[in-house]
Amino acid sequence: MEKRVTFRGWFLPLCLIAPQIVISAVFFFFPAGQAVWQSLFIPDPFGLSSQFVGLGNFKYLLGDPYYRASFVTTAIFSTLVTLASMIPALFLAVLADRLVKSAGVYRTLLIWPYAVAPAVAGVLWMFMFNTRVGVVAWYLGQLGYDWNHVLDGTEAMGLVVVASSWGRISYNFLFFFAALQAVPRSIIEAAAIDGARFWRRFFTIVLPLLSPTTFFLLVVNIVYAFFETFGVIHTITAGGPQQATTILVYKVFSDGFVGQDLGSSAAQSVILLGVVGLLTVLQFKYIEKRVHY
Amino acid sequence: MRNLAFGALLAATTAVAPLTAVAQTEIQFWHAFTGRLAELLDAQVAAFNAGQSDYKVTATPKGNYSEALNAGIAAFRAGEQPQILQVFEVGTATMMGAKGAIKPVYEVMEQSGLPFDPKAYLAAVTGYYTTAEGQMLSLPYNSSTQVLYVNRDALTGAGIDPDTDLSTWQNVDAVLGQLKEAGHACPYTTSWQSWVHLESFSAYHNVPFATQANGFGGLDAELVFNGPLQVQHIAKLGEWARDGKFIYAGRRNEAGANFRAGTCALFTESSAGYAGVKAEAQFDFQIRPLPYWDGVEGAPQNTIIGGASLWVMAGHDAEEYKGVAAFMNFLSSPEVQAQWHQDTGYLPITYAAGEVTRAAGFYEANPGTDIAVIQMTTKEPTENSKGLRLGSFDQIRAIIDEELEAVWSGDKDAQAALDSAVARGNQLLRRFEQASN
Repeated sequence: MEKRVTFRGWFLPLCLIAPQIVISAVFFFFPAGQAVWQSLFIPDPFGLSSQFVGLGNFKYLLGDPYYRASFVTTAIFSTLVTLASMIPALFLAVLADRLVKSAGVYRTLLIWPYAVAPAVAGVLWMFMFNTRVGVVAWYLGQLGYDWNHVLDGTEAMGLVVVASSWGRISYNFLFFFAALQAVPRSIIEAAAIDGARFWRRFFTIVLPLLSPTTFFLLVVNIVYAFFETFGVIHTITAGGPQQATTILVYKVFSDGFVGQDLGSSAAQSVILLGVVGLLTVLQFKYIEKRVHY
Repeated sequence: MRNLAFGALLAATTAVAPLTAVAQTEIQFWHAFTGRLAELLDAQVAAFNAGQSDYKVTATPKGNYSEALNAGIAAFRAGEQPQILQVFEVGTATMMGAKGAIKPVYEVMEQSGLPFDPKAYLAAVTGYYTTAEGQMLSLPYNSSTQVLYVNRDALTGAGIDPDTDLSTWQNVDAVLGQLKEAGHACPYTTSWQSWVHLESFSAYHNVPFATQANGFGGLDAELVFNGPLQVQHIAKLGEWARDGKFIYAGRRNEAGANFRAGTCALFTESSAGYAGVKAEAQFDFQIRPLPYWDGVEGAPQNTIIGGASLWVMAGHDAEEYKGVAAFMNFLSSPEVQAQWHQDTGYLPITYAAGEVTRAAGFYEANPGTDIAVIQMTTKEPTENSKGLRLGSFDQIRAIIDEELEAVWSGDKDAQAALDSAVARGNQLLRRFEQASN
């Protein structure tokens, strides 16, 4: 028998959720609605005039092979960022969880990079890999590898992925670490008595128990890769070379703020909103079924 | 009641005003300078403010060129625009298209009653910012053009006479071959590839970059920089890139650091790069005119400018516009201009400023600093060399950058890359045309 707390009448519940609704409306629904509205127009930059074009902006975008290619770039980029930020984080969390001495120091050090803003992280990595003065680029040169992310698209992609994932590892570490602490010791001890070795225990007991956290981080990291990596890309590659690192959100920026094409930019935001919404729905529909709470 | 109180207050202030010092009219000036250039700009503003008491100009940095333009646009939409906004040359068409957002400079000067002679300004510079009818829309502020920087020590080191003629690309080609043979790691590099190798290249060889007189004739202009001459030039650069004679460093002026550090032997860059090179180069360097292809009819014509101009935004009152006119008058005065030209390497915007600089013996003391001026002014600009006036041009440049990168990396040949850049750029021009109608 489920226990329920019930309110009599509507007034109190409405009052309680009102602040959240107001905030969502002001900071999310209103701007999102405006973006949808703007995507139907081609305005001039100064807002002096504007023409209704219906779905013209969408037609223009989807007919552009470079825009369609940007979807593929985004898919590759977000997959890599998600993997590169979650796997090392989990690995480090497992190691930190086993520490007996000075665990606090390690924990603090591992969380540290999260405090670095994406744009600053971008600049740091840019300098390390700068083809002329970069320390890493110089050592690679000594090893006989000619690092040139300015012209090599694969190297550029690798660099922005690493730079975007680096700070994010800390964030993921934090969640994995907390989740690991919550795994009941008794189950692990029972498995150990049954003769299961560490990695065996990890894959059959710990990992399934971590699944709610993993699922949460998966959603959050994909959203991060889609939207918040802008600063890193802007500082390191500006979408280049060619269009190797032009992800969807970077294109929204360059059309809107470099090209002053607000209609196209708004239409792209709407598409992006749709894509992320769809991804989240899919994740909840298919992956969440395999999550054990 | 409130109206009455307000009226009383107004009457009181009006009555008191003559007794106190006359209130200064504030003029906002948003710019995109940082570092040394920002200091020099602040010094100009301070000199203007100290020289009179009617107006007070406040200069505010707003990020880089693109960011400053966006700040101006956003401010206009919010009704908070500054009186003066510095806009880079590629934003010219955007500003011109915004009829209700700007107040043309010729109008501001006319209404102020201050002396203003458009003929006093360098035609090659003002041409970029002037209508077909000869009306000046914005005041040229910082304008530069492309020149060739030579690391003389690198040439000597490779056994090449440092005084060798580098006026044509043919000669440059030969020298790059010699440098490469001598084992030089970076014979040639460039900054602003689209500006140097397509925009100015077309003007310098008197071939069109776009139809409709490079966009001066109307919004329906189409890009045509995929002609045989441009393709041949880009193909040659691609060949140099493949052979390790041309080292690509980035889309903006990243290559400048390579040249200043002594890594690269030859370098094409804005004449305004002079101050930086002079401050940092630990080697003997020299400025030469931008090379051209010998045998092309009409070459060398003149190169085109880059940099920025000052736009006056609409929606302010007459007194403020008078202040703007006074400030612009101050900036255009020969002494202020000459100082600016000598400090920064930007072109003097008036003929008089050039004369003052020459008379002061600056060019003899700093050889090569007059090359940009000579390059711009020897010939009367043609339809192909007056400048560019194309919408969304900042983004078109990004497209050109992308396509050129494909040539440097060997992914595309020059013809395919330029054809693609033209096709993609034209799409943006059509959107701009649609938005402006």
